[in-house]
Amino acid sequence: MTGWIFALVQTLCVVLFAPFLAGWVKWVKCKLQNRQGPAPWQPYRDLLRLSRKQVVLADVASPIFRAAPYIVFGATVVAASVLPIVSTQLPTAALADVIVLVGIFALTRFFLALAGMDVGTSFGGMGSSREVTLSSLAEPALLMTFFTLAMNVSSTNLSSAVSHLAQANFTLAPSLIFSFMALLLVAVAETGRIPIDNPATHLELTMIHEAMILEYSGRHLLLMEWASMLKLTLYSILIVNLIVPWGVAMTMEPKDVAFAAITVLGKLMALGILLAVSETSQAKMRLFRAPQYLGMAFILSLLGMMSHIILEVR
Amino acid sequence: MLIASLSMPEQVTLTLSALILLSSFLLLAQVRVDSLINTFALQGLLLFSATLAIAFISGKYDLLISAALTLGLKVIFIPSLLRRLIIRLDIHREIEVLVKPSLVMLFGGGLVLFSYYVSLPITELSLLSTRNTIAISLAVVLIGMLMIISRRKAISQVIGFMSMENGLFFAAVVSTFGMPMVVELGIAFDVLVAVILFGVFFFHIRAEIGSLDTDRLNRLNEVDK
Repeated sequence: MTGWIFALVQTLCVVLFAPFLAGWVKWVKCKLQNRQGPAPWQPYRDLLRLSRKQVVLADVASPIFRAAPYIVFGATVVAASVLPIVSTQLPTAALADVIVLVGIFALTRFFLALAGMDVGTSFGGMGSSREVTLSSLAEPALLMTFFTLAMNVSSTNLSSAVSHLAQANFTLAPSLIFSFMALLLVAVAETGRIPIDNPATHLELTMIHEAMILEYSGRHLLLMEWASMLKLTLYSILIVNLIVPWGVAMTMEPKDVAFAAITVLGKLMALGILLAVSETSQAKMRLFRAPQYLGMAFILSLLGMMSHIILEVR
Repeated sequence: MLIASLSMPEQVTLTLSALILLSSFLLLAQVRVDSLINTFALQGLLLFSATLAIAFISGKYDLLISAALTLGLKVIFIPSLLRRLIIRLDIHREIEVLVKPSLVMLFGGGLVLFSYYVSLPITELSLLSTRNTIAISLAVVLIGMLMIISRRKAISQVIGFMSMENGLFFAAVVSTFGMPMVVELGIAFDVLVAVILFGVFFFHIRAEIGSLDTDRLNRLNEVDK
C-alpha cells in the first residue's frame, strides 16, 4: 500500500516539476546567449495565467477537439507513473514495459494530430502532417533502441532494465553506446527541440508542435503546454536513468530514496544544461533534412542491435 | 552476456571495431568532399587505436609498427594529400548529390547482416577474443565497395577504395594479429603509390571531361571535338 502511495506522490512530483525543467532549460539558454531571460519558474506563471483565461472554441470544433487536451495530458501522466524515477521497487513498474510506453506516446501523438486537423485551419493540418511524418520515422529507431536494451538486460521492463544496468559492473558495451546515441537523437526530435523543431517560435515555416495547438486557448492550451513539458521531462528521466543509472534506489528505504531523489534532480539539471548548450550551438535544420537526421538515428540503433548480435553474444 | 566476462582492453577493442563500422556508415552518408576526407581520417584514427589495443592484448609488439604506419599514412599523409588535391582541383566546397541515400544506407545495413552470416563458420574456427570482429571487417570491405558503386565523383570512389583497404587491414589485425611485415610494408606502399596515381588521374579525368563526375565517362566523344 505504501508503495502505491509513494508511486502517486512521485508521479505528482514529476508532473509539478516538469514546468521547472522547461523553464530551467530556457533560463540557461538565455544566459548562454547573453540575454536576461525569464526566471526558471516563469512557466508556472504562464500556466497559472492560462488557467484563468476563458476558453474560446471554434464553431466547427468537434468533441474530439475538446477531449484531446485531457487525453493527451492524462496519457502523459500515466507514462510518468510507470517510469522508474527514484526507485526501481515500485508497484506501478509492473503495469507497463517500454513497448507500452512507446504506445502511450503514440496515443498522445495520435490525438494531438487529430486535434490539429479538427478545426480545419491550414496551420493545424500542416503541423499534424509534419508531426506524423517525423514520428513515423522516429518510432522505429526508438523501438529498435528499446529492443537492443531489452536484449542486453533480458527484459522489456524499464525498472528491471535500470536496476540491471545500475548493478552490473562497468562494461563498455558497443550496443548500449549506439542505442543511447540513437535515443538522444530520437528524444530531441520527439520532444520538439532545436535541430528539428523550435519550441520558442511561432514562425509558420518552422513550427510543428505549435502549429497543432494553435487553435487552443485557456485551460485546453494549459493542458497541451503542460503535457509537452512533461514529455520533455519524461524523455530526460528516461535518458538519465538509462545512460547514468547510478544513484537510483534499489530499495524503498527512506534514506536511499532521498539520496536517489537528489541525484536524479542533479542529473536532470545537468542534462538541462547540456540541452541548452546543444541548442545554443546549432541552428534549426530544414524540415527536409529531418528524415536524414532520423535516418542517422535509425542506423545507429540498427548498428547497436547488430553489434549486440555480432560482437557481444557468444 | 559474454562481453561482461572480457577484460577491459578486449572490451575497448570490440567498441573500437563497432566504431569503425559506424565510421564506414558515416563515409557512406557524407556529402561534402572535405568532411568525407575528415571522416576517412577518423576511420584511420580508429583503426590505429584498435591496432594499439590488439598489440596490447596479444603482446605482439611488432603490431606497433603497423599501428605507426597506419597513423602516418592513413591519418596524416593520405588525408593531407587529398586535401591539397581537392584545393588544387577547386572542388573542396562541392557537394555531391547522393542517389537514394536512405536506400544505400539500408543496403549497407543488409551488407552487415550478410557478412555476419558469411563469417559465422570462420569465427567458429577461432578461439581469439576478437574473433567476432571478422564480420565487422568484412562489412567494412563490402561497404567500401558499395560506396564505389553508389558514388559518382571520382574522389569519393577513391575514398571508398581506401576504406576497403582499411577493412582488409583490420581483418588481418583482428584475425591473425597482423600480417608478415614484408606484406604489410608492401601494401602500405602500394596504397601510397595508388593515391599518388589517383591524383594524377584526377587531373587527367578533369582535363578530358571537365569534371570529376565519372558518369560522364561513358559518353562518346569525337577525338578532335
